[in-house]
Amino acid sequence: MIYDFFLKITGSNILASIIQSLLPLFIFILPFALFAVWLERKVSAHMQDRLGPMRVGKHGWLQTVADILKLIQKEDIVPNDADKPLFNIAPILVFVGSYAVFAAIPFSGAFIGSNIDLGIIFIIAASGFVVAGILMAGWASNNKYSLLGAMRSAAQIISYEIPTVLVVLTIIMITGTTNLATLSEMQTGHFWNWMIFGGPNFGIAKFIFIPFMIINFIIIYISTLAEVNRTPFDIPEAESELVSGYHTEYSGMKFAMFFLAEYANMFAVSAIVTALFFGGYQSPIGYLGNLFGAHWLIPIEQFIWFTAKGIFFVFVQMWLRWTLPRLRVDQLMAACWKYLIPIAFVNLIIIGLITVL
Amino acid sequence: MKEYFKNAWSALFTIFVGMKVTFKHLFVPAVTIQYPDVKLQLPERERNRLYVNMDDCIGCDQCARACPVDCISIETVKGLPGEDLGKTSNGKRKALWVTKFDIDFAKCCYCQLCVFPCPTECIYMTDVYEFSEFERSNLIYDFVTLTPQEREEKKINYAKFEAEKAAAKLAPAAVKPAESKEAPKP
Repeated sequence: MIYDFFLKITGSNILASIIQSLLPLFIFILPFALFAVWLERKVSAHMQDRLGPMRVGKHGWLQTVADILKLIQKEDIVPNDADKPLFNIAPILVFVGSYAVFAAIPFSGAFIGSNIDLGIIFIIAASGFVVAGILMAGWASNNKYSLLGAMRSAAQIISYEIPTVLVVLTIIMITGTTNLATLSEMQTGHFWNWMIFGGPNFGIAKFIFIPFMIINFIIIYISTLAEVNRTPFDIPEAESELVSGYHTEYSGMKFAMFFLAEYANMFAVSAIVTALFFGGYQSPIGYLGNLFGAHWLIPIEQFIWFTAKGIFFVFVQMWLRWTLPRLRVDQLMAACWKYLIPIAFVNLIIIGLITVL
Repeated sequence: MKEYFKNAWSALFTIFVGMKVTFKHLFVPAVTIQYPDVKLQLPERERNRLYVNMDDCIGCDQCARACPVDCISIETVKGLPGEDLGKTSNGKRKALWVTKFDIDFAKCCYCQLCVFPCPTECIYMTDVYEFSEFERSNLIYDFVTLTPQEREEKKINYAKFEAEKAAAKLAPAAVKPAESKEAPKP
C-alpha cells in the first residue's frame, strides 16, 4: 500500500500520513477539477453547436489554469453585514466535506486513502457534512438569495440522501460488506462480475438481480446527481432565479473553493456509483500487467480504469445538464418522495427476499 | 397505480430521448466561427467604412449635402485659371482644390446616401468594419491628399488671386486707358 511506501521513504509515521492525505488533493482533485471545468465547457459548447474556449492552448485546454490565475488575483470581498467568521469558514467546510469523501474512495488496489471497513457509510456521512457548510454560507452571506439557495440545497440534499442510502443498503445486503476496497475486489475478473450484472456469485440469483440492479443504478445516479446540486437538480444555484444561490456573495479564492468542492463532489459521487455498480477500479477485460507478467503495472492500470469510469459518469452528468431543464421545487420533492424512495424501498425488499432465499 | 408506473417510465424514457438529441449535437460541426482568425464572407452590398478616392473627387459637395447626420465636411478652393488640376477617371476636368474632406465615423450612420449622388463615384463603401478607436477624435478621417502646407498655399494663392483680381477691377476705373490687359497674371 501507498502508506507503507511513504513510511519506508520518510521513516516517519506522521510525515507518511500527511503525504498520503495530501496525495489525492494534489495528484487528483486539483487536476481533475481543472480538467472537468474545461470538459464541462467543451461538452456544453459542442452540445449547443458552439466551440467553447479555443484560445488558451490547443482547444483551450489551459483555459481553466488561466481562470484560476485570474481568481487568485481577485479581491476577496466580504459583505459589510455578513457574519464574518461563518462567512469565512463556510467555503472551507464545504471543501473539507467533499475532500473527506476522497479518503475512503478506492482509487486502485494500492491506493486507498483510508481502508476503513465502514467505507461507504463514511462517504455518505461525510458528504452530508457539506450541507452544514452550504447552510452556513447561505446564512452568513446575509442575502435573501443566498439563504433561499442554501435552504433549498439543505432540503434537497437531506431528501435525496434517503434513496441513496436505500440503494447502498441493497448492495450491502448482497455483498455483506461496507468496505469499498473489498467491494471492488469482489467484482474482479470480467465485467459480468460487476454488481450491475448481478455480482460475482454465479447462479440463478445473479440473473434475477440484473433488472433490479439496473433500477438501483438509475435511482442512485439520480439521487447522487441531486446531492451534488447539478442540473436538473440545481435549484440551490438556479442562476436564473437566485443569482448564484449560496455562493452569490463569494468572490476570488473562496468562490474557487466552492467551485472546486462542486467538481470534487461530482467525481466523488461518480466514484461511488462506479465502486458500487461498475466494478470499482477493476478492469472489465483483464490487465496488461498480468499479460506481460509485470505486476507493478496493475495498480496503475486500475487507477486509469477507475478514473476513466469516474470521468465517464461525470461526463454523463454534464450530458444530463445540457439535456434537461431545471426541476421546480415541488417537482424535485415529488420525484424524491413519490418516486425514488418508494421504488428504492420496494427494490430493497425484493432484493432482500432474493438474498434470503 | 398504472398511472404511477406510466409516469415513472415516461420520465425515464423522455430523458433518454433528450439525451439522444444532445448526444447527436455533440458531433454536429459548430456553427460559430473563430472570429478574429476566421471572418465571414460579407454580402456584396455591405455598408461599412467609407472611402474617398481623392484622385477622382471634384469637390462638388454633393455627398456632404446628402448626408443626413452631417458627418462629411468639405472645403474647397478654386483653382487658378492657368493651373492644371488633372482629370478624373471618367474624364471630368477638376476645377477645385479640396482642402478639407473630413468624415467623422463617430457620427456616420452608414446609410450610403452619400454614395449615390457622387458624379465621379469617388466615395464608396469598403469592407472594413474593424476600426474602433480609444479616442473619439481619432474617428475623424481626413481624406485629403495634399499636405497641410499645400492646402495653406492653395488658399493663400487663391486669396492673392482674388485680391489681385479685385485690385485689377478697381484699377481700370482709375487708369483705364494706360494699361488694359496686364494685371491678372499671377
